[in-house]
Amino acid sequence: MRPRPTLRRFTAAAAAAVLATSITACGNAGNDDSETRDVDVAENAADEFEDGTRMKELAEDGKITIGVKYDQPGLGFKGATDDMPRGFDPEIGKILAGSLGIAPEDITWKETISDNREPFLQEGEVDLVIATYSITDERRQVVGQAGPYYVTGQQLLVRSDNDEINGVEDIKGSEVCSVTGSTSLDNVKKEGAKPRGFDTYSECVDQVLDGTVDAMTTDGTILLGYAAEQPDDLKVVGEPFSEELYGIGYSKDRPEMCQWINDTLTQAFEDGSWEEAFDVTLGESGVDAPEKPELQSCDA
Amino acid sequence: MEAVFSNFDEYLKAFGVTLGLFVVSGIGSLVLGLFLASLRVGPVAIMRRAAALYVIIFRNTPLLMIFIFMAAAMPKLGYNFKWVEDIEIAGWSVSAFFVRSTLALTLYTSAFVCEAFRSGVNSVDLGQAEAARAVGLTFAQSMRYVVLPQALRAVVPPLTSVQVALIKNTSVAAAFGMAEATATMRAFTNNNADERIQIFLLFALGYIILVEIVALSSYVLERKWKVA
Repeated sequence: MRPRPTLRRFTAAAAAAVLATSITACGNAGNDDSETRDVDVAENAADEFEDGTRMKELAEDGKITIGVKYDQPGLGFKGATDDMPRGFDPEIGKILAGSLGIAPEDITWKETISDNREPFLQEGEVDLVIATYSITDERRQVVGQAGPYYVTGQQLLVRSDNDEINGVEDIKGSEVCSVTGSTSLDNVKKEGAKPRGFDTYSECVDQVLDGTVDAMTTDGTILLGYAAEQPDDLKVVGEPFSEELYGIGYSKDRPEMCQWINDTLTQAFEDGSWEEAFDVTLGESGVDAPEKPELQSCDA
Repeated sequence: MEAVFSNFDEYLKAFGVTLGLFVVSGIGSLVLGLFLASLRVGPVAIMRRAAALYVIIFRNTPLLMIFIFMAAAMPKLGYNFKWVEDIEIAGWSVSAFFVRSTLALTLYTSAFVCEAFRSGVNSVDLGQAEAARAVGLTFAQSMRYVVLPQALRAVVPPLTSVQVALIKNTSVAAAFGMAEATATMRAFTNNNADERIQIFLLFALGYIILVEIVALSSYVLERKWKVA
């Protein structure tokens, strides 16, 4: 019977230790938010919009659902333990929600993968899609796309010791990976490369590091993010060889949202919040904010 | 519809890759599965256990995990199968991605093929095998001339199910570098958001046709091998 008390004391100590660690862990998690910027939230925003518009409804509800990507570092990324997605796309979402008087914590984020962006908008599952959503004519047949709020181009990521691939003109016959079914993969296929599709960008980066594929391709900003993480092993090569205009998706049933999005973006360009949003997300990898894109008219 | 029909060669090529994955891993799994089944019903205890262990490992692991192992872990261990790309037969060569995918599919499907064959062997009355051994045939001979011909008949329906599942399982390779039907479908829907449903239906139809070909040929076999 002797060892009993010691054992009990030990368990108590262990429990206390575990408790203490979990408390510190919570504290750490809370601190992560400090990287993000402050968002302006308009007051009495509902008064600014006409009756019957979707903006009025959203402002009155004080809630909005926004679809973003969860797997693109810098643009829209949510780790397994994160509460909220981080990146340039969510920041733009916060600016738009702010103009409706909706605080960031009242935004419901939903993961949209490339395949479900249109269905989600059509079924009203989300109010806005801000998910590296390139503006194309086919997409505009089924949903509305305002913007662009960002312009990027496709580039190549290779291992640092790769001297053979210096640009898109060198990829003929080599294996290039990206996400299955993406436009980027289609573009390199047209250039004569063997397309290798994977589920996520991180798997693709692993393949480049292992040497099982020769290069990875997608929008330059995402590649720079990965290259910045492992500067000794990876490098981004060549000039951009496509132009992607990222737009903000909204439902075709609510055409009035286009003008509101453009107005809000114009204001964000002017008051510097767009640039700020860039600096705390994509700009982290050392890139300066690019030229502000020219918005497309809503009348088209 | 137009999106697919104006790029119909892409559609056919995609199902060509699917078919290639199916045929190679189908044959591979039949050979390996038959071998494993022979071990499992064979007289050598250690071989019986080894084959049983194989079935336990590969039948109980999700196919996706085997694929991840092949694509992510094997290259890190130094096996990337790049050497197969240097082999060229009559101008044809296969990619390391194709080899890794078919290897994953073969390893996985073999476990099911083995069990289908074993059930077929078990359906043959034990007396048959005993009689074969009694007239002096070796184990291999009694399997080859007495047990397997009878087992084969019983095994056609479950084996068909396993191979049909294999056709559909090839779609897992879409996320591992193969531009097969499912991957190509995703590229189509990404480029043609306005024709999503038609594209989906056309690709589903492709799979239905492939599966139906396998199913119908199995009915033909069943009828042909039927003993009155």
